[in-house]
Amino acid sequence: MFGRLTWSAIPIDQPIPLVAGAVVLVAILAVLAWVVLAGHLPYLWREWITSVDHKRIGVMYTLLAMVMLLRGFSDAIMMRAQQTMAFQSQGYLPPEHYNQIFSAHGTIMIFFVAMPFVIGLMNLVVPLQLGVRDVAFPTLNSVGFWLTATGALLVNMSLVIGEFARTGWLPYPPLSELTYSPGVGVDYYTWSLEISGVGTLVAGINLVTTVLKLRTRGMTYLRMPMFCWTTLASNLLIVAAFPILTATLAMLILDRYFGFHFFTNEAGGNVMMFMNLIWAWGHPEVYILVLPAFGIFSEVVSTFSGKPLFGYRSMVLATMAICIISFMVWLHHFFTMGAGPDVNAIFGIASMIIAVPTGVKIYNWLFTMYGGRVRFATPMLWAIGFMVTFIIGGLTGVLVAVPPADFLLHNSLFLVAHFHNVIIGGVLFGAFAGYTYWFPKAFGFRLHEGWGKAAFWFWLIGFYVAFMPLYAAGLLGMTRRMQHYDVAAWRPWMMVAGVGAVLILIGILCQIMQLVVSIRHRAELRDRTGDPWDGRSLEWATASPPPVFNFAVMPDVAGEDAYWRIKAHARAQDLQKSGPDYRDIEMPRNSPTGFVCAFFATIMGFALIWHIWWMVALGGIGAFATFVVFAWRDHDEYVIPADDVARIDRANLAERRAGMQLEAAAP
Amino acid sequence: MNILDPQGPIAAAERTILIDSIGIMLAIVLPTIAAILAFAFWFRHSNSRARYLPDWAYSGRLELVVWSIPALTVILLGGVAWIGSHQLDPAQPVQGTGPGITVQVVSLDWKWLFIYPDQRVAGVNTLTVPVGAPLHLQLTSASVMNAFFIPQLGSMIYTMNGMVTRLELRADEVGDYQGLSSHFSGDGFPDMLFDVHVVPQLQFDDWASRTVRSDQALNQESYTRLLKQSVPKDKPVYRLDDPELFQAISTQKIAPGPGPEQEPSPLSRLSANLPEPICEGTHVR
Repeated sequence: MFGRLTWSAIPIDQPIPLVAGAVVLVAILAVLAWVVLAGHLPYLWREWITSVDHKRIGVMYTLLAMVMLLRGFSDAIMMRAQQTMAFQSQGYLPPEHYNQIFSAHGTIMIFFVAMPFVIGLMNLVVPLQLGVRDVAFPTLNSVGFWLTATGALLVNMSLVIGEFARTGWLPYPPLSELTYSPGVGVDYYTWSLEISGVGTLVAGINLVTTVLKLRTRGMTYLRMPMFCWTTLASNLLIVAAFPILTATLAMLILDRYFGFHFFTNEAGGNVMMFMNLIWAWGHPEVYILVLPAFGIFSEVVSTFSGKPLFGYRSMVLATMAICIISFMVWLHHFFTMGAGPDVNAIFGIASMIIAVPTGVKIYNWLFTMYGGRVRFATPMLWAIGFMVTFIIGGLTGVLVAVPPADFLLHNSLFLVAHFHNVIIGGVLFGAFAGYTYWFPKAFGFRLHEGWGKAAFWFWLIGFYVAFMPLYAAGLLGMTRRMQHYDVAAWRPWMMVAGVGAVLILIGILCQIMQLVVSIRHRAELRDRTGDPWDGRSLEWATASPPPVFNFAVMPDVAGEDAYWRIKAHARAQDLQKSGPDYRDIEMPRNSPTGFVCAFFATIMGFALIWHIWWMVALGGIGAFATFVVFAWRDHDEYVIPADDVARIDRANLAERRAGMQLEAAAP
Repeated sequence: MNILDPQGPIAAAERTILIDSIGIMLAIVLPTIAAILAFAFWFRHSNSRARYLPDWAYSGRLELVVWSIPALTVILLGGVAWIGSHQLDPAQPVQGTGPGITVQVVSLDWKWLFIYPDQRVAGVNTLTVPVGAPLHLQLTSASVMNAFFIPQLGSMIYTMNGMVTRLELRADEVGDYQGLSSHFSGDGFPDMLFDVHVVPQLQFDDWASRTVRSDQALNQESYTRLLKQSVPKDKPVYRLDDPELFQAISTQKIAPGPGPEQEPSPLSRLSANLPEPICEGTHVR
């Protein structure tokens, strides 16, 4: 009846996951109870869960990322605690638990923190920057989000029902094959990522189409803000790379479920094929994450320097160069597997070549500040913190691209420090900069600066204190994923790294406080102008938060930095264009398709993990039926009459003008 | 295990490349970091002495410079990488005294087996080698992937079932070092440490001739015991009954390790072998 699922799947004898799972469960139930009892459910269902508005979906992606950041960070601080304690002892985490934690940490941080964070920001901002009313496929967008949420849910279910993978964030066979990992852990991993991978793929298709096909009048490619360019590059990579991940994991699933021999030891299976395939996805994945962050920094540095981006075309070229070269370097993840000198050298040099366009970007941001008037608001602090930190990460990255150096450093804590250096210093700092920068656009009020700056300093210093010691430990020969160790020389570095993790924890607490304080003081922090940072691109040309249709009249674009030009023009003419020609606007209808589809996908994923075949059929048929019902729809748009558009827009304009005058009058 | 304190020519050459590469890059990176902080500080909003150039966004000369700096650095480092990859390829023979010795390395769950086919001896988790002699290592795995790494001798290399990788090393100083597995391989992974005894040639010959008379033999039966998942408490040495054992493992004539014995209850499985109980749990054995 229930396949492999029995009561023994609940880890009664392991207090840590059980308590953690119980706390999460109670928190979820409490939130649900509050939502239902306070009568918010209809509102949530109508305005958020079934919403196909790109802004709402963007916010939900970001929220998912921030909640999962807490989970991923809990794993991180448990690992750091274990390694401070486990010198010549077993510490407090037995190996099978510790191994689940580092596997879950990597999986969650990449797939359910970094990915939804950048996809959320792209969703929120890109249509606004392009001057359009929605993404190309609004309902598909909702499906993509909810499938990502399904993956996150399945990973977290493994806390209390069964176990998670103990094979690292990439399940290298043969360890991940049935012979060596007979439990459900690897199945939780593969099915979570198969389902959320479909979500990511449709998000990628959607955003590529949006950038290529939906741009307002005059928004030529070379007038797009840099964030749109990096979005295009990043989503092209998603479209090209995620099918590889899906196929690779499908082969692993065939091995585990049907006795195939793609990657097994026996019957001609080949683990090297897994290596090549997984990294053919895995290396572009790194750039899928960091390119949007580069875009965010381009916007932030330019806005807070009060200048256009230096060398815009050069930046476009660099972005697209990274997009292409990132597919040609995957072998540097296994120089130490004996590929031979020619292969190693060629892939080493290819990896270094990526550092050229990346270096160009750093210099272009540098010269964007030159001759500027740099305002050190929180997003700009993240940007400067990023530039300094990322250079160090780049240096160590190029170092491990030199094969003979990698022969010493591969899989060491030096490598762990390197990729945290670029992922925290690059992707996460970028996500935080974008979060602070666009928060007022999404919600109509700014985030509290004081708490934001405190969070920045704790994160920055915490990062250095936590990860510089790992570089040192790596040079002392310490390898990654050690549940315990006996080498005395490593211990002091582990203690310092533990202190760093605590500093980062304080940084996260500051961010939570920032959100709470900002919501409580939202009246004072209100952004009436729609343009709180003196921005340069079109997202600032509408109210905060924007009306559902974004722009009452689609803006005309005459050059780069579209909104900056409009503002300069308005100042010169001392007038705003009067009496715009309001028309009816057609907007996509809300649809529960995404949510219902993901509901059935969750059932199917869970059933597949536990071999409950009747439930697999139920989930599969349900998801397909949802799709059929959606495909048979009669109406998918509704009309906002011109009068309503005019009323909303005039009210917004009046509010924004009043806000701007207030700001101009202030000292 | 300090990789900055090499004890052989391979590790020393790799350390040199590591330090040189860092040096080359620091020459670019440090001024850039300084410039970022300096520009941000000088062009701060409140500094009225700084020039404001609100429209300055292009300079062909600067563009040339900003593409050239990283490109030149990469050309230089690319040369280092090309030459280094060829000179320090793990399979590249190393000069040394005498013809050297062949050691066949097998990674098992979770221990290392070192086979000396010429000396007809073998040992678990102890690698004894003569000082100054070229070491010809052939490596494979009897179960999952691992990576063989002696930090002070340099060049880690993976072990994979059904495949043989090669590694050439030399140890220049008599002494005791440590090696480890540098690729995660399951619950017993952190205990996959092994001792490396670098001894004078005479002492090595003496050790080999003593061991070859050992009453413990490495044969089908004792190898099957090793194949089972366990963390050994001691470091047994064997006389080698079958000099073709390594070939039989690497060509899969002997089936790879069986993995966990029963339904996953790793807690009970491991605690039987670990130095101290890791937490309360039921003991099977």
